[in-house]
Amino acid sequence: MSILLSSNFQWVLVSTLLLGVASGLLGCLAYWKKQSLMSDALSHAALPGVVIAFLLFQVKDLFILVIGASISALVGAFFIMMIKSTTRITEDTAMGMVLAVFFGGGIVLLPFVNRTGSGNQAGLDGFIFGQAASMVKSDVTLMSFLAAAIILIVIIGFKEWKLYLFDPDFAKGLNLSLKTMNIVYLLILVVTIVIGIQAVGVILMSALLIIPPVSARYWTHSFKTMMCLSGCLGGIAGAIGTTISALGSGWPTGPFIVLTSGTMFFLSLLFGLKKGLLIEYLLLRNKKREVNQIGPPSVVKEGR
Amino acid sequence: MNVLEVNNLTAAYRKNTVLSDVSFQIEPGTLTCIVGPNGAGKSTLIKTLLELHPRLSGDVAFFGSPLKRIKSKVGYVPQRGSVDWDFPTNALDVVLMGMYGQIGWFKWAKRSHKEIALEALAKVGMIEYADRQISELSGGQQQRVFLARALIQDAELYFMDEPLAGVDAQTERAIMTILRELKNEGKTVLVVHHDLQTVEDYFDHVLFLNGFVIAHGMTSITFTAENIEKTYGGTIRWLKEGVGSVNTTVK
Repeated sequence: MSILLSSNFQWVLVSTLLLGVASGLLGCLAYWKKQSLMSDALSHAALPGVVIAFLLFQVKDLFILVIGASISALVGAFFIMMIKSTTRITEDTAMGMVLAVFFGGGIVLLPFVNRTGSGNQAGLDGFIFGQAASMVKSDVTLMSFLAAAIILIVIIGFKEWKLYLFDPDFAKGLNLSLKTMNIVYLLILVVTIVIGIQAVGVILMSALLIIPPVSARYWTHSFKTMMCLSGCLGGIAGAIGTTISALGSGWPTGPFIVLTSGTMFFLSLLFGLKKGLLIEYLLLRNKKREVNQIGPPSVVKEGR
Repeated sequence: MNVLEVNNLTAAYRKNTVLSDVSFQIEPGTLTCIVGPNGAGKSTLIKTLLELHPRLSGDVAFFGSPLKRIKSKVGYVPQRGSVDWDFPTNALDVVLMGMYGQIGWFKWAKRSHKEIALEALAKVGMIEYADRQISELSGGQQQRVFLARALIQDAELYFMDEPLAGVDAQTERAIMTILRELKNEGKTVLVVHHDLQTVEDYFDHVLFLNGFVIAHGMTSITFTAENIEKTYGGTIRWLKEGVGSVNTTVK
């Protein structure tokens, strides 16, 4: 338990909390852009970037690795868009292909890291499943700063995001530049993913972007509330997952974060106030009762 | 000066040329409908004019200048199916989107903006649905919300893509009343329309389109059996009295 009181842990906790909030918000944008799978593709596409950055610089510095991951993820995003716009292949197929190819490429490169002099593959393994505990103060600062910046960008442009997601054609008519919005969206999505990979890992990072908004959807019919809720659920999942993984030695963070948010999804599915299964069942039952109490409707007979 | 001038406009989807050499002028204060069979390029025409679809050639001038400079003078009511109505928001919020330009980017809507949005909703007879989830609105109600969102923009020229498609008689009347009001206020409205039966009652100008402009002018002069036949390929049976029946397939 004493680990929970260490200041390093508390810093890490703050950063994963912020990361969770940022992912929850970004996930909400991705959900309504119908691109939930995009976050999955981009997080996998980040892996070769991490490995190549390490091979080039031989240091496990978060800043350098984040740059490598971002470039790699953006290249992945670029490929997805290219495939979508120049061929008849649909976007989800393109994402599936890019995801698999980039991740495969990253895995192929991993043994090379092992062979290099200073290579410690163990350190990079943390990028696959996430190892929040291995983060040092400078990592935590960088991550928290970027996460806070993303949260701010989403809040400042809240109205614009809503319009952009609901009706992009109309947004264009109002002189809102779709190009700029697309670029900002992609950039903050990529940054969210790459700052998350050290804490959550490339494989599971997408879960932090996908699950919170879906869970939030069960509770509300308002975009603002959905965003807030999604951010909160993401933040809570990040914090709880980090705490649990800190309790054991060498426990990866990502899986615990994902299991936590999976549990929250399950609860939302059952008890969500607007679309949950329980409320739907009760509404249907009450309606049935109401109809039955009135009795069979008076029959209109022919000829009367 | 014409509100809209289109010269030799061409547009395509992949290999198929949808619009070729489209040229026409729209005078201020007119209520024009664009009619033509399915696939004639009616929606594509509007989208190309508004630069939502790439223009291959030709030029378009709104009030004598390019679209970019006078965007706030142009309002657009897209087809109802163009957005996801499951999006978590209410009718008032959608109407408010029409004011985002006036509110200013990165600023929050004030009470006064909401009041104007409520007025617009009242105008289309939807005031009691202001807080209603958009997914729970009927097709006609969704169409009216879109119309209110365009009205609030206070534009000079409106484009509407099939605003009367799939709405009931009451909504159709409500929408047409508003379009006439717009016209009376000196505004110009361009409507993609699909129901030939109502063209004469509703619109003072008509533009026949089928890949290119077949005829364009005052309804009283242009809306003839001959033009309808040219546009629809002579397979249309014209049932309304007074225009005469077209039945060339039999001949």
